[in-house]
Amino acid sequence: MGGAARGKTRAGEKGGASRALAFDLVVLLGLAALFVANLCLGSVETTPAEVLRIIAAGPGDTSTAAQVIWQIRLPRAIEAVLLGGALSLSGFLLQTFFANPIADPFVLGISSGAKLVVAVVMIVVLGAGQVMSPAASVGAAFAGSLLTMGFVLLISRRVRTQSMLIVAGVMVGYICSAATNFLVAFADDQSIVNLDNWSRGSFSGATWPDVAFIAVCVLAMGAAVFALSKPLGAYQLGEPYAQSVGVNVSGLRLLIVAVSSLLSACVAAFAGPVSFVGIAAPHLAKRGVRSSRPLYVTPACLLTGATFCCGCDLVARTLFSPVELSVSAVTAVFGAPIVIALMLRGRSR
Amino acid sequence: MTAHWGRAFSCRRFGTGLSLDDAERGQNLSQSVCTKKHVPNGQSALELRGLAVGHGQRALVRDVCLAVRPGQVVALIGPNGSGKTTILRTVAGQLRALGGVVELFDRPLGEVPPTERAQEMAVMLTGRPSTELLTCRDVVEAGRYPFTGRLGVLGEKDHEAVRAALEATGAADLAERDFSHISDGQRQRVLLARALCQEPRVLLLDEPTSYLDVRSQLEMLQLLRREARERGIAVVASLHEIDLAQKAADHVICIRDGRVTFQGAPEEVFTAERMAELYGLEPGAYDPAFGSVELARPEGEPEVFVIAGGGTGTACFRKLARDGVPFATGVLHEHDADGLLARSLAARAVYERDFEPVSERAVAEACEVLLGCRRVICCVGGFGTMNARNAELLDAARGAGLPVARSRPNPRDDFGKPHR
Repeated sequence: MGGAARGKTRAGEKGGASRALAFDLVVLLGLAALFVANLCLGSVETTPAEVLRIIAAGPGDTSTAAQVIWQIRLPRAIEAVLLGGALSLSGFLLQTFFANPIADPFVLGISSGAKLVVAVVMIVVLGAGQVMSPAASVGAAFAGSLLTMGFVLLISRRVRTQSMLIVAGVMVGYICSAATNFLVAFADDQSIVNLDNWSRGSFSGATWPDVAFIAVCVLAMGAAVFALSKPLGAYQLGEPYAQSVGVNVSGLRLLIVAVSSLLSACVAAFAGPVSFVGIAAPHLAKRGVRSSRPLYVTPACLLTGATFCCGCDLVARTLFSPVELSVSAVTAVFGAPIVIALMLRGRSR
Repeated sequence: MTAHWGRAFSCRRFGTGLSLDDAERGQNLSQSVCTKKHVPNGQSALELRGLAVGHGQRALVRDVCLAVRPGQVVALIGPNGSGKTTILRTVAGQLRALGGVVELFDRPLGEVPPTERAQEMAVMLTGRPSTELLTCRDVVEAGRYPFTGRLGVLGEKDHEAVRAALEATGAADLAERDFSHISDGQRQRVLLARALCQEPRVLLLDEPTSYLDVRSQLEMLQLLRREARERGIAVVASLHEIDLAQKAADHVICIRDGRVTFQGAPEEVFTAERMAELYGLEPGAYDPAFGSVELARPEGEPEVFVIAGGGTGTACFRKLARDGVPFATGVLHEHDADGLLARSLAARAVYERDFEPVSERAVAEACEVLLGCRRVICCVGGFGTMNARNAELLDAARGAGLPVARSRPNPRDDFGKPHR
């Protein structure tokens, strides 16, 4: 009896990590499968073996299949994986920050704010006959994210309930989207056509320089979040408790805002606004590892977000091929029900 | 009356090994000027000198002086909004002190790095942290923060501390339960375990007994006393339950109107006058012997005369007070339970000195009062040596044709056989 109890205690102490690892492994396998499917499926069908051969042969091959995979599908799939992970992590950070399970960059209007600033900068730069560099897009998006985040923070000080914060965020998002639409409608530059396409949310048109830039940003931020998992865990019990165990709370808050803004800025700059991934993926990850301890959730979050976006992009590309859906529409179809379930569960408590 | 109790308490205080220094120190500290030398014996774990606290610039409470020794339990009492929580938050380093100093083991709090502070001092606050998918063990383990490495992974020693804290608070069975799905009493245990596994030498608690049922309140305070005694933790807790504060604290500090109105040992603090002043109560509403408050005394000419004594009348007194019926009672010994309660509740009461038989004079006085009433309730089952004359009251009532009701006999009365 005592031995059994002691054994249970041990399981409680050590079980979390092994469970999280098992979940990560399963998700990783799913991600690999979807990634390969993303490379194989499309208007030019290729077998997995063919894809492997092409990738092994390097980008030098000039055949159509090789060109499609190296120039279109591979960068796009990698971008979907990285940005999915970024969205998910950003959502997890914002949920921890606001202690609200349905906070994410899209719902709080941060993506839309980033989009607005990118649109303004793009119109100015393209109008001057220049080309937008990836860094410039991300920089603009980061500025937009921070601005919106600051605005949402101001609101959050005034509102007492968590649902009001979400409503306020959604309103901010609408205002920014409306402003972006005005800009797109009135700036009749030829290049603005791209802007319109981008502003709906899509992973199409990914290029290798973009991918390289995104990879550096997202992986660095992912490592940063993982390194922050200890103070984040303390912060989950609320600011006073975090302070009482020695966390520098204001420093941590600043870091959370900066990192989550940069992550959502990456997504906004390259894929436009992608909805609900930031809520659905962290939620699935937490359910999967059966904990919300950041040490376990951070890797699971990254992987789940990547898998979610990879899958959604596959659906967006292939469901009505050759017509391509916006990825945001697909993520909404899969993500929104999870959000509704979350809200219902919150009410029943 | 207070003199009696004062003496009784002093005797007990010698018995429990507390020195008279405590009482003297209490008196000293109640004057707001405080100097470094308040603690005659040993180092203080936590010391507040001329502390002013508040949100923003305006001070809510000024001039708080307090020295807490290891192993001592200090209760912070006062009406709602008096600033108890603000004081605790300032001492915890969450609010900037607006004046004065907080010293943790003789070091100014501001000079102690956060991690070091967290290794010395733990807090438990009111309210439930909202968590998602966190087990109680996860919540408790969060207390090991100041001891773990970069990623916060717990080592064997940390697990041992968590286990010990869960055992100590009786929360071991809750370890794998979801923290957001447990009751308030369980939550308090888990949060206390969280604070204890931080292995603090100073523990600050904001209303640790709020929302708890009586048994959980009792267990919480016994636990705090045990931890203070066994591990030598200095405990400062704000309490709303003055009866519990009176029983569990070594030292009590009263906050009202932005200042410390009084502090000292419980027997000095919990007097009818001080409690009435602190909480703005009607005189007599608080009785230090019962440690509790009573409803307001029904005012007016007494309608009912209650023959009581030896604790037989308490239930009847309280029922009449609830119904708002002014009543008289007698003849009671001054300091038996009925005598004490009658001071708070009876419109008129006739007393005899303790340990003396009821005198003819007292009965005559009581008779006069009785004849002015409309009915009589007799709570005593029988009369003994000391209250033999009270039987005359019963006869007088019958003689005057007043209706006499017998109140339900108190089950405790079995020990005395009826005399008539």
